[in-house]
This record gives sequence, C-alpha cells and structure tokens, in this order.
Amino acid sequence: MIIASDPLLSSDIGLSVIAVMLLKVVIAFALLMVSVMLVIWFERKIVADMHNRVGPSLAGPWGILQTLADGIKLFFKEDLLPERADRVVFRLAPYLSLVPAFLSFAIVPIGGDFTNGGDGTVSIFGHRTLLQVADPPVGILLFLALSSIAVYGVMLAGWSSGSKYPLLGSVRASAQMISYEAALGLSMATVFLSSGTLSTSGIVSGQATWNWNLLATGVIPFVIFVIAGTAELNRPPFDLVEAEQELVGGFHTEYSSIRFALFYLAEFMNMITMSAIAVTLFLGGPNGPILIEQISWVWPILWFFLKVLAFLFTFVWLRATLPRLRYDQLMDLGWKLLIPASLGWFLLIAALNIGKDRGWSTFLVVPIGLIVLSLAALLLNGAIKKAKDSNLNAADLSEISEGSNQ
Amino acid sequence: MSYLKGFVVTFRQIFQRRVTTPYPAEKREKPERLHGRHVLGRYEDGMEKCIGCELCSGVCPANCIYVRGADNPSDTPISPGERYGFVYEINYLRCIHCDLCVEACPTGAITETKMFEFSFTNRNDAIYTREELLVDKESGKPKQLPWEDWREGEDLMTSGWLRATSSSGDASYEGQIAWSGDLGYGIRKAETGQSDSTPQEEAQ
Repeated sequence: MIIASDPLLSSDIGLSVIAVMLLKVVIAFALLMVSVMLVIWFERKIVADMHNRVGPSLAGPWGILQTLADGIKLFFKEDLLPERADRVVFRLAPYLSLVPAFLSFAIVPIGGDFTNGGDGTVSIFGHRTLLQVADPPVGILLFLALSSIAVYGVMLAGWSSGSKYPLLGSVRASAQMISYEAALGLSMATVFLSSGTLSTSGIVSGQATWNWNLLATGVIPFVIFVIAGTAELNRPPFDLVEAEQELVGGFHTEYSSIRFALFYLAEFMNMITMSAIAVTLFLGGPNGPILIEQISWVWPILWFFLKVLAFLFTFVWLRATLPRLRYDQLMDLGWKLLIPASLGWFLLIAALNIGKDRGWSTFLVVPIGLIVLSLAALLLNGAIKKAKDSNLNAADLSEISEGSNQ
Repeated sequence: MSYLKGFVVTFRQIFQRRVTTPYPAEKREKPERLHGRHVLGRYEDGMEKCIGCELCSGVCPANCIYVRGADNPSDTPISPGERYGFVYEINYLRCIHCDLCVEACPTGAITETKMFEFSFTNRNDAIYTREELLVDKESGKPKQLPWEDWREGEDLMTSGWLRATSSSGDASYEGQIAWSGDLGYGIRKAETGQSDSTPQEEAQ
C-alpha cells in the first residue's frame, strides 16, 4: 500500500526523516497561525476601505497587530459556561471546528517547482520532499471528509449551548453546509475527471503547463466551487448561520473568551484553506513562471500566496458588496441550481472523456451532451414549477377552508 | 452584467479619500461656540467677577451648581461688589452644558470654554470647586487638572467671553459690547452678529 507519494517516506524512515516531517508540521502550523492573524487584519482593513472607513490603525504599524491584541484580550476574558449547556459537548465543539481547519491545510502543496517535468520536490537537509505536510493518495477526499467534520463543530456548538438562538443557528448551519457540500463535491469531481487523480500534488503537476483546470473543466465548476465554498465557509452573503441581526451571532452566541477565539480562528483558517484548495484545484497551485533562476524555489511559493491572496480579497469583496440571502433563496440556489448544474457539467465532462477514449468526435459529443442536458434542465424546471404551483394551490385551498370556517 | 455594478462600486471606494480624523493624535478645529467645561472669570485687575448671587444655581436645569455667597472682607475684597462666591461647585456628572448659567450670570463671571476632554475616573473629581474653576490670578488662564487633555493653545482666550449665548446673538445687539474686560485679554471685540455666516476671528 502506498502511504504517500512523497519521496521523503519512500526511503528508510530514520530520525532525520522524522525531523524533517516535524519541521514541516511546525512550519505549516506557524504559517497558518500567522496568516490567520494577518488575514483577519487584512479583511478588516479592506472592508474598512470599501466602507470609506480607516479600520484598525493603532496596534502596530497600520494596525497590523490588532488581531494579536484582540486575541490577548479574549484570552483574559471570563470563560462562561451556560447553566443549561451540555458541558462536555460545549467544551469539545470549538476543537471540532479548529482541528479539521488545521488538518485540511496539511494536504495543500504550497510550493515546489512542477514545471518542466519537475516533480515539485525540494531538498530539505538532503532529503527530497514535497512542500506539503502530507500527500495521501485520497488527497481531496480527505479535505471533503474534514470539512464534513467541521459541520459537527458548528452544529454541536449550537446544540450544546442550551439556548434558542445558537440552536437556530446550528440548525441553519447543518442544513446549509450539508446541502452545499454536495455542490462542492460535484464541482470538484470534474477536476478529478480531468486530472485523473485525487492526490493534490498530482492535480497540481497535471496543471504545470498553463493548462489550468479552470479552463480544462470549462470555468463552470470553478464558479460553482467558489459559490459553494463561500456557503460552506458561512461567509457573507451566505452567513445565515451567524447572522447577527437575526440570531445574535448564531451558533457562537453563548461562547466567550478563548473558546470564542477558537471559533473565530477556525473560521478564518477555513477561509484560507478553502482559498488554498481552490487554487490547488483550479488555478494550478504553485505553478507559475520562474523569473529569476537563482532563487527558483521562491517563485512557486510566491505565486501560490498571490493566488490565495486574490481569493481572500474576493471573499472580503463579497462581504462588502452583497447583502445576505434569504433562507429559502439560499436553499433554492443550492438545490435547484448549483447541484443540478454541477451534476450536468460533470456528466458532460465525463462524456467528453469517454468520447476521447473511444475515439468519438468531440463535435458530436458536445452538441448531443448539451441537448441531453438542456432537456434535463427543462424537465427539472417543469418539475419545480409544478411543485410550486401545487404548493400555491394547497395554500389557497387551506386559506379558503379557513375562511369558510370563520 | 448589472450584478457586477455593485462590485465596482465597492472597489472604487478603496481609493477614495477618508474624512476620518485619527482623533487622539490629531484634533479637528472646534466649533466657535462649543460648550465645554466652565471657568470663573476675573476682571483685568484680578478681582473675581462672581458676586455669589446664586442665579446660575437657580437656573440650572440639572441642579449641578452649588453656590454660597459671603460678604467681602472689607480690607481685602475678593470681588468688586458687596459679596463674593466663597463656595462654588459644579458637578460634571450632572452638568448638561446647556449654558443657561452663562446667560443668567449678571456679571459674566461664569462662561464655558471649548475644552471638553476631561474624563475623570473618580466621583470626587467630577465636582469642580471654586479653586479649580477660577482662572489664574496672574495669567488669566484656566487651571488644568491632571485628567484634563488639552492641546497647545487651547487654554488661551477661554474665559470671559460669552461664547454660547452672547447678547450679540440678538440682531439688535450687533456690534455692541455687552461684557466686561478679562484678566490678561482686556475687553473682547464685539461680535458681528449672526448675519455674518463666516466665523469671525477673536480680537488678538
């Protein structure tokens, strides 16, 4: 059984290999922590700019240490445990949010040269290794599994608080995150089809020659991924889970002090991880031109961070621009648009792939596929319309019967 | 593509000018007639203007002023009149800075300055006594208490002038001087009246 495609683990596993492994883990941890700190500052600063405000400006130069100050403040606040809370679950929930957020970052390759036949490895203390903590063959599936576990964190936090607003928030959260995970997974599936692998380093090396999956899968899965990912992160405009105006903060209403900070941390860590996964899947990960040969190892890391930064900016931009969706609109978007669209696109790509294998003409496969898909879309549309009409009729009837009773 | 219009709007805001002043580091110029903390003025010869008549105390809607008058000592008079205010206290936990006391004062003794940054941390500190309210006997400048945040030059030209509700606010008083001179500054110039929209400079 192959544990990983990392060349580090293919040789004898000695003390030095473990040391390199530990180094990678520590660096990934530290990197994520520091970048969360900076991302929170970045978001506040950019949103402030978009609101014509100044934003944090007092802690450190340009307020860059604001997050640190907030964190220290939260650390010294009283840690409240509601009387009606389920104590064990209440204490466990923040970690269920935080740990998956950490773990899913482990599979993202953040650097390494994949271009010109390179295998993306770098040399650390004489060991060739990939610039990612782990490279399991199931790669992206692990990410999906972990993001499903993260739902438990939010759900159990709301449920165990013993209070109505968190409960409502957690009910919303579980419904929203589960339904959007389907669209997320289906849009990822098209990437697997075009890459032929689940391993993240495999997906990245498959995009080494500017043939990014963004175009290879036809943009639609990327758009669906970004929308579903935003919903999965509970970021605006899909932040119904923690809608301050409706739910007083949602699932984390009852949380305070360091436990609240953990949720906050997990939320932003998920944001970074989701951006990193999107970059890995669709935008070629660390692939990019190497401009100066002497420091060739820097460029992939730089490209990776620039791409992630673009995503983070987009998330902030969405927050500053779009109002929150109504709950039924959210469910409509998820179930009636994103899931069918990603499923249809997935089938189309699959048909194309099979067509290529069998030697069918692409000019024949695409029109036929599109015709079939539009027929299916018409059917779905008709079904939805019928369901809406019958709902309306039922509502009318009940109204009439109520009226006659009076 | 009208979906994207909103994104353009928010993006453009990034490059627009900020009107925010970084407050404690930088302060905006205060309005001409800002109601800040009070001072008790002195005449140009150093005599106190307050005669202890308690009109300010009587008119105060928040009941924050406590005044007791006493007869002037005949050999060392404190005010030019018959009596002087020997107890004068303002409780700033109650004061609403309406300036009715300034209007009521027959001698123009009590006025409000533009200084509003005095966050005390103690209830006792909230009560300003006569000694704390009186301007300095030599310079005519108000006394700065440890918790008061002043900037350079803010303590100049504070006393004596009926900033808030000067009689020149009334059109018929335009150009007339309805106040007495101040220690250190002399008699202030008459206001030009409210028809003049530009804030006029004080007499230097």
